[in-house]
Amino acid sequence: MRVTFTVNGEQREADDVWEGESLLYVLRERLGLPGSKNACEQGECGSCTVYLDDVPVCACLVAAGQVQGREVRTVEGLAGDDEQLDPVQEAFVAAGAVQCGFCTPGLLVAAHDLVRRNNQPSDAEIREALAGNLCRCTGYEKIMDAVRLAAARVTPSTEDSK
Amino acid sequence: MMDFLQPTSWSEALRIKSERPGAVPVAGGTDVMVELNFDHRRPEALLDLNRVAELAEWSEEDGRVRLGAGVPYARVITELGDELPGLAMASRTVGSPQIRNRGTVGGNLGAASPAGDSHPALLAADAVVEVASVRGTRMIPAAEFYTGVKRNALEPDELIAAIHLDVARGPQQFAKVGTRNAMVIAVCAFGLALHPEQQRVGTGIGSAAPTPRRASAAEEFLSGELTAAGLWSAPRPLTDSVRRRFGELVAQAASPIDDVRGSAAYRRHALAVLARRTLGWVWQDYCGGSWPACA
Ligand SMILES: Cc1cc2nc3c(=O)[nH]c(=O)nc-3n(C[C@H](O)[C@H](O)[C@H](O)COP(=O)(O)OP(=O)(O)OC[C@H]3O[C@@H](n4cnc5c(N)ncnc54)[C@H](O)[C@@H]3O)c2cc1C
Ligand code: FES
Ligand code: FES
Repeated sequence: MRVTFTVNGEQREADDVWEGESLLYVLRERLGLPGSKNACEQGECGSCTVYLDDVPVCACLVAAGQVQGREVRTVEGLAGDDEQLDPVQEAFVAAGAVQCGFCTPGLLVAAHDLVRRNNQPSDAEIREALAGNLCRCTGYEKIMDAVRLAAARVTPSTEDSK
Repeated sequence: MMDFLQPTSWSEALRIKSERPGAVPVAGGTDVMVELNFDHRRPEALLDLNRVAELAEWSEEDGRVRLGAGVPYARVITELGDELPGLAMASRTVGSPQIRNRGTVGGNLGAASPAGDSHPALLAADAVVEVASVRGTRMIPAAEFYTGVKRNALEPDELIAAIHLDVARGPQQFAKVGTRNAMVIAVCAFGLALHPEQQRVGTGIGSAAPTPRRASAAEEFLSGELTAAGLWSAPRPLTDSVRRRFGELVAQAASPIDDVRGSAAYRRHALAVLARRTLGWVWQDYCGGSWPACA
């Protein structure tokens, strides 16, 4: 089947999609967007986290056909058109929160969603917001630092514009 | 070959389900997609319910909430915390934010896992499941909905439309035991609700029997004690023996198994602890006096 939807602001079409295929597969294998990672395909690791109609979800658990006509934003769509990194991405770099990087795209989307809603998150709120994202390298401390830093940097205007 | 069927209205969804009873409904996909990704299931067709707008709505009328089967947990938590406190608490413990953004109570009922977290809360609150087909609508009390391990009362042509629950008229609690906070399948879970207007107690136990079930003897014992001592209208602290007996009766209602998540004996013990603890919380709340029946 054919699936047409908006990805990072652009209308995209995927052809020959198998009916039982996931959004993650479509993004990575059909649309050339490998940013969202595939690690578990069962919703456990969060490395495939994307926005679906502005809500963070595991792309591996969304059936491709379910996104027909809807809007998806992946990690590739976080940076601005001018290639300027999003403050959350900058904070991950600055805080050294990236080691192997496999978990990073999903964490960036989850953290992005948190700081736009709450620019003074407590540690408990950060842990809760990132509870669906596993990282096997960092031990999470640097990630916590990065999210605190990102929250401090998010100005109300970028927060409003999402 | 598999078909992907996308009804845009409830009547169309019911018609398709009657013509294609083998089509597997997909709401949030958090159970179905795992099965597809791992080739555990190859249905002849998927029936996507995301486009049926009514399913994602809830309404309140005369003190009763009709919760559309497709309302995700995240919205139960943010929109219905006051009306349905027990279900909202249970929803908070489901998976991760990403799972709560997609997963639905209807999907939990469809999967009918004994470990599903909504079930103890639905049982305790006397929830009724509205199921429908082209033949008509049936209202099934939650206690009769679970028929076996991962089996429910749906006929092949039926879909779950909504869940009906009273707006809470007394305190409600939900607690579960798992190995860590996020992303755990419950080792066991317990839901408790006081129904002061009916002088009744509602319970639900999860992960401790082939199906979610009530602890009827515990309900009767506690409501009997509260009524006999006149505590519904003039609440006073409960005695230790009442709390202990309640915990014992809840544990006795379970028929747990040994598995990798815990032994049967541990589950029974943990259930008794959860029951005593949640009773402590709801009773403290009730004694606070903000509930109409004790004013
Ligand atoms: C990582 C992860 C963590 C999880 N953690 C928990 C947890 O902590 N607690 C918990 O209880 N569950 C948990 N789950 C399981 C799952 O999220 C829940 O069971 C959820 O409620 C399923 O809802 P859904 O809308 O995603 O269902 P779907 O996957 O869309 O459907 C589930 C089943 O219900 C059927 N169905 C769905 N809607 C209807 C309808 N309207 N009428 C008839 N049948 C229908 C489907 O055909 C399918 O059989 C977890 C899952 C994952 C992947
Ligand atoms: S690949 Fe989707 S959650 Fe792990
Ligand atoms: S940096 Fe390697 S998994 Fe997180």
